[in-house]
This record gives sequence, C-alpha cells and structure tokens, in this order.
Amino acid sequence: MTDLLGLAQRVAAEAGPGEQVEAYVSRSRSVTVRAHGGEVESLSVAEPAGVGIRVVVDGRQGFAHCGSLDDAVVRQTLADARDNARFAEPDEFAGVAHPDGVPLVAAPFDPSVVDALDTSAKVALALELERATTSRDPRVRSVRTAMYGDGVGEAAVATSTGIAVLDRSAEAYLSVAALATDDSGTTAAGSVDAARDPAALDVAMVADDAVSRAVRMLGAGPVPSTRLAVVFEPRLAATLLGLLAGTLTGERVAKGRSLYADRVGESIASSLLTLVDDPTDPRSLSASSCDGEGLATRRTDLVVDGVLQGFMHNTWTARRLGAVSTGSAVRGYRSTPGVGAVALAMVPGSSTHDELVAGIDHGLLVQSLTGLHSGVNTVSGDVSVGAEGFMIRNGVVAEPVREITLASTLQRMLAGIVAVGSDLEWRPGGSAASTIVVGEMSLGGS
Amino acid sequence: MSELVETDVVSDALGVALATGGDFAEVFVEDKASSSAYLDDGRVEELSSGRERGAGIRVVVGETTGFAHTADLSAEGLRSAARAAAAAARGGGGGVRVVTLPAAPHRSVRDIGIDPTGVDKADKVALLRHADEVARARSGSISQVSAGYADSRRRILVANSDGTLAADEVVRTMFNVSCVATGDTGMQTGRESIGHTIGFELFDRYDVADLAARAAERAVTKLGARPAPSGQLPVVIGSGGGGVLFHEACGHGLEADLVAKGASVFAGRQGELVASPLVTLVDDGTMAGEWGNYGIDDEGNLAQRNVLIQDGILTDYMWDVLRSRAEGRPGSGNGRRQSYQHLPMVRMTNTYLLAGTSDPDDIIADTPNGVYVKHLGGGQVNTATGDFVFGMSEAYLIENGEITEPLREGNLIGNGPEVLAGIDAVGNDFAMGPPGTCGKDGQGVPVGDGVPTLRVGALTIGGTAA
Repeated sequence: MTDLLGLAQRVAAEAGPGEQVEAYVSRSRSVTVRAHGGEVESLSVAEPAGVGIRVVVDGRQGFAHCGSLDDAVVRQTLADARDNARFAEPDEFAGVAHPDGVPLVAAPFDPSVVDALDTSAKVALALELERATTSRDPRVRSVRTAMYGDGVGEAAVATSTGIAVLDRSAEAYLSVAALATDDSGTTAAGSVDAARDPAALDVAMVADDAVSRAVRMLGAGPVPSTRLAVVFEPRLAATLLGLLAGTLTGERVAKGRSLYADRVGESIASSLLTLVDDPTDPRSLSASSCDGEGLATRRTDLVVDGVLQGFMHNTWTARRLGAVSTGSAVRGYRSTPGVGAVALAMVPGSSTHDELVAGIDHGLLVQSLTGLHSGVNTVSGDVSVGAEGFMIRNGVVAEPVREITLASTLQRMLAGIVAVGSDLEWRPGGSAASTIVVGEMSLGGS
Repeated sequence: MSELVETDVVSDALGVALATGGDFAEVFVEDKASSSAYLDDGRVEELSSGRERGAGIRVVVGETTGFAHTADLSAEGLRSAARAAAAAARGGGGGVRVVTLPAAPHRSVRDIGIDPTGVDKADKVALLRHADEVARARSGSISQVSAGYADSRRRILVANSDGTLAADEVVRTMFNVSCVATGDTGMQTGRESIGHTIGFELFDRYDVADLAARAAERAVTKLGARPAPSGQLPVVIGSGGGGVLFHEACGHGLEADLVAKGASVFAGRQGELVASPLVTLVDDGTMAGEWGNYGIDDEGNLAQRNVLIQDGILTDYMWDVLRSRAEGRPGSGNGRRQSYQHLPMVRMTNTYLLAGTSDPDDIIADTPNGVYVKHLGGGQVNTATGDFVFGMSEAYLIENGEITEPLREGNLIGNGPEVLAGIDAVGNDFAMGPPGTCGKDGQGVPVGDGVPTLRVGALTIGGTAA
C-alpha cells in the first residue's frame, strides 16, 4: 500500500524557487450491501484514491487532480497544476497554509472495528434490517432500500511550507426507506443510524423509526393555507442549522454573499440559540484532527445566546479578511479548499419534546422537508420548502398532512425561535441538535 | 483511435468474473478528462484539470449483484477486480465460461466541432472576463459576479457476457454566470447556464454576453419582487425553463427499478390514462447536442427515443439491463452511472413534453389570476406518494390575464398524477432548457429537459403572502 503522507511530501518537495506546492492525497475503502426481497440486491466494494495538487506562484493559483496514486500520473498532475497557474490572475492573499502552532487533537479512530466484521456479518446486518422493517406492521411489506455501509478513510496533506499531516476516519451505517400501504395509498419514510463501531448499530431502532414514520403518514393530505408555529425535531433542526452555518463562512463574507457580513457582535437569532462548530468533540462522527489544508481543527463559537461571534475561515479567507484560520478548510482531492462547518452543535434547552408540543395551540410538527436545494436561497435568505408532518391542535399531535409548503426567511426564523428542547441528539451527519420551535411560518396548502 | 483496454484483456476479465459461476458479468471502462476555469469577485481565481480512469466490474448471481472497481487498467488489475466482484456476488457454482466478444467494439460516432482540449486556456479565461464585465455593466445594483467554464471528455468501453462490446465518447462543454444584486430590500441572485454535448463551438452558437446580461437582469428584477402567494393557484410554466416539472412529476416515477419495488405511484398503470390528453412525454437519449445525449448508455445499449406518455396514456417505463432481463423484454438505453466507481441504474436522459397547438400569449391571457413561472430551479420527488416540489427562480404574478409583478423565490408543491391530469393548455413554442444534473441514490448524471409554455390548473405555491 502506498504511504499517503510520503507521497504527499514527495510532491510538496518538488516546489521550485518562488513556488508553493500543496498535495492532498486520500484513499478510502468502503463496503455497501443493499438488501431487497430477502436477498442481497448488491454488494459493492470500493477503494477510491486520488491526489489534488495546488501550485501558487506569484499569487497565481493552479490546481489539478487525478484518481490515481501512480507516480507517473501524479507527476503529470503536478505539471498540469503548474500550467493552470499561469492563467489565473494574481491575488496577494493566495497561498497554502503555514504551520500555526496549534496542536492536533487526536480524533477517535479505530479501523479495526470495521475491518473486524467480515463481509458475511455485514450482509447479515442488511438482511436483518430489511426483515425487521417488513415484519413490524402489516402495512409495511417492502422497502425502497435497506442497506449497510461502512468506510475507512485516510487523507494526507503536505505543503512546501512545512505542513505534513495524516488524518483517518472510520464509520459504519444502516439506512432504510420503508414503504407503507393501505387503502389511502403508499407512503415512504426513512431512518439512519451511524457509529464508529458496527456493533453499536441498532437495527431494531432504525426499523422501528422508519416503520412508525411511514405508517403514521398514511391518510395524510393537504390542509388550508395558514400561519402557525412549527416544530423541527432534532434531525431537521440539524438541517436548518447547517443552512445557517453555510452563510457564516469567511468565503461568503469576503465575496459579499453573506446575510450576516457586518453583524458580528449583534443579535441575529433568538437568545435561545447557541451554536458552535467543534470538530475536536469526540461525540461527533465527523470529528477530525486536521482540516483540508492540514491545520489543526479547533472549536469555533458561531452564535452565543443569539449573538453572532464570528465566521469560519480557511487560510485564504483569513488573510483576505485580516483574521486567523479557524481550521475550517473542507475539501476532497478533486477540489481546492473551501470553508465549512464539520461538527455543528447547539446547546440544548430545558423542555422535553413533549412539553414543547403541549405548549402549542396551532402548529405543525414536521416529519420531513423537501426541496431544500431549490427553495432555500441563503444569499437572499428566502426559505420555501415542501413538508410532511402533523398538525398540532391545542397541544396535541393531530392528523398527518402532506403536499404543503412552509415559507419564511432565514432571518425571521432565527429571530422567531421561541423554544429549544432538551433532547440533544448527535446525528449521523456529525452534528448535534435538539428540537427547535419557530413561532410562526406560512403554510401553503389547499 | 486506440481502445481503452484491448478486447482480449476485457474478455479475459469477464471469464475470471464468471469463473465461480454467475449469470451475467460486465466490464465497464471509463477514461474521463475534465478542465474548468472559475472567476469570482472580479478575478480569475482558478483553473483546474482532472483525470479519472478505471474500470467497474459486476457479476450477477441470481438476484445478487457483486461489484468492484479498480483504477488499474492492466490485465492483472482487471482480473483482480473481477475476482473481487465475483466474491462479492458469492458465486457458488463452478465451471469455466468463455465469453466470446466481437473483434472490435460497436462505436458510436458523433461530430465534435472544436475539441476543447486543443483550445488555448487564455481563450477560456477571456470568456469569463467578458461575462464579468457585461454583468457588472448591466446595472449599478450588481454587487458580485461569478462565472464558470467547464469541459469534459468521457470515453467508455462496455463489454458483457451476453456478447455486448461497445464504445462511446462524449464531449461536454458548459458555461454559467451567477450574479448578486444588492438594494434596499437586501440581496437577490440570478443564474444562467448553457451546456451541450458539443465542443468549443458552443461559443459560436451562444454569446456569453447574453447569458451574463440575463443573469444580471434576473437578480436585479428580483430586488423589486414581492412575496409569492401562499396556497393554490393556476400556474403557467414558461417555454424552455420548466422541463424539471415533468422530470419530477412523473419522470422518476417511470423508472422501472422504482416501479418494481412498488415505490412509484405509476406502478401497474401502463395503458391507463395518467395525464391530460394534451400530454405526450418523451425521454430521448439520441437528441444530438443536448446535455443528456450519448451514443450508448453505461451498459452498452444504444441510446433510444422512448415515448413514455402518449396523449395522456402511459405507454412504457424506462429500463436498465437488470430490470429488462427480469421482465424478459428489451432495454430502453436508460442504464447510467456517475462513474466507473458506481453501479448503473435506471436514469432519464433528455425528458421533454411535445409541443401543443395553443398560442402562448393566449394561455396567459386566458388565465385571470395565477403565477407565471419563467424559469424553474431544481426539484425533488417522493415517488411513493407522487408529491414533488420544484423551485421558481424567476416568477411573476398573472393578474387579469397579464404578467405583472415579479415574485420572490420559493418552491411549488404538487402531486404528480394530479398535476399531469390538471394540465389544461400546451403551447406551440417548444424549447429545451438549461443543462441539469439529476441526483438519485447518491449518483449525479447530466440530463436535459424541455417544455413548451403550459398551464397547470392548480399548484400549491410556497410563498409567505396571504
């Protein structure tokens, strides 16, 4: 097996006078098992690997990548990156990262737990997930997908400025989409569980969750348009906070695309909201020791008691805005470093989910959202999404609804958070959220 | 032109794949080279190039598919991947099978005018600069502009144990411009893109200045937009800009893999009236130059023109190799995959509604109150319920039969079968829309779509106005 860090360092050492070179080298190994109809539908073994090379000379940046660790291909990729640099325009802030003295915090990693499980055990988990899902309720007889997957990955970054780091990750997951059918039609609902150790995956929990969600949507229909309070359970709160975090990057600020560019120190949300990005938190499945430019990850306070604390930065955005990198460079080998959150976490409130629902006279408990990519504009702040869920009437969860929209703006939703639950969940995507209640949104319906 | 891998090496790998038994084996070889250039914030920020090359091998045993891939295209690299795929499929049987392939692959040939790899990078950069200048000059409200150029050349070779041996090469060239306009009401965005399966002659057919001006105009127009209504109204979809409606309303629901799993509201409805008689819907991979065009699909079958709905009646679903083999029927050329690292599945190509006879101006004039959606964004569908959403990136109110004020962005939601039945006017002004990327089970593939102006009797508009 190729030594990834050694390869990255050999490429970085090719830097000529007045030239900076950064090599990002990654390799992963994953197994995916899909079950359907009591059989293994497919079993895929994937081992993708690749190199991304960034060259900066006289402030001009060029980039090239290849899906191979072969020496000759990597050499050609370096030559391509150099040639590309000739055509970019100079930028005084361009450049690779320099070591900043922040120590790496080792992230939890144990590939042996994924490796220890032989393929037949992984196949058994996928089959068991489908069987469990289709044996819970007579109305759920089939699944759209039932799968087990895992992956072990490593990525190295080396630069001609002295960075040389290697980060590793391992994760396993179960995912199912249950189909429920009765006289009223068919519904679909999914559930996911993820863990570093496949032994920690909970087949029964995933099956129960998907089945109950699919069954309880049977008979749903639209309701008339109205304005009401909206309850986002932890998995959907995590999605909303991800949208917010997307606007809090140095890149958005530097290029005039952030709603919150001039708002540091000001209140941008209800005082109930506190949000941090902390990839060093071992509870996050996305926990990592270094970012995509090889700097140590670290905790970044984004919003505290509703007040904007600052932005996430990579090396370029930090230089451009006179700030310091927050170790928030995110990337794969096919792209140059962007900026983004890795392990978002909110601070929970004090009320249980049930207490929050009981306090609402006229509201909607959301079960799923669609069209986030087409109906949320994080530059303007406009939010309009498709939704499924349940009416809340006088504190009680009532009939299921579907084919409705929910609309507002990101600004109004954040300011309008009227309650935060105590039910903090670390989600498979690596972020932690608890139930959020937004005081009022527009429901578009029949 | 040399083959990606020699025929005897492919044949050998198929033999290894079936050495422990198996009903079907396939070798998919891909070599994709791409290049792009990106301008943002007034500066050509980056040029990038990439190369991805490898092979994916699958073995089918009964209901089970085993899959493995490799970036090593040597004979031993393919043998190793073939053994891994066979092991994954748990082939139990035995015996050696020899797969006989034709001496040379069937090759699809299409004309590429100007090979983009031979174009000077400075010429690509000049297009970006020009788009930036035009967009900024359009209005003092334009506060930010980004522009992107990208081309790719994808060569594939597909061989399988049924004796298929076919090759294809597809060149794609695209360009996009995104603008931010800033005013008293905050920031608004406008985006335009073009993309075709042709070479650099794309820029002889289209002027990036027009594209930049339209993107800027869209952002500036929305500065004055009012909140969209909330609730059901008649909706007129503009020519060219609204093909995603059918992609979501029924396209995904007509994919045979979802139908077979009972995850589509269109399952078991072949031969039935599923739409207004005004609706004839086609999926056409042969449409030369369009974004979803190819010679063969990623399973080696020729691209086809398939009529899905004829005069409102569901005529056929779309098929890949696994589903069509299971049903004992011919495929439809819809087996696609994102790359050699992925298994193929049923995917759309260029999906479009045939033109009707109505004058588009009459359609609007006949709509007392409603919404005119000139340009749609992306969409998403729950194929089990048929509920789908799609974004409106440029829309206006229709009042007393006239297009009036611009509306802020939002999603519309509808139910596929209800919306198809509710189409009550189809215009005579068909046009294809901008290039798209369709996502399904984590894989993205390029697709095209098109519509004439059309009206849906009622759709739910996800705005905030009462």
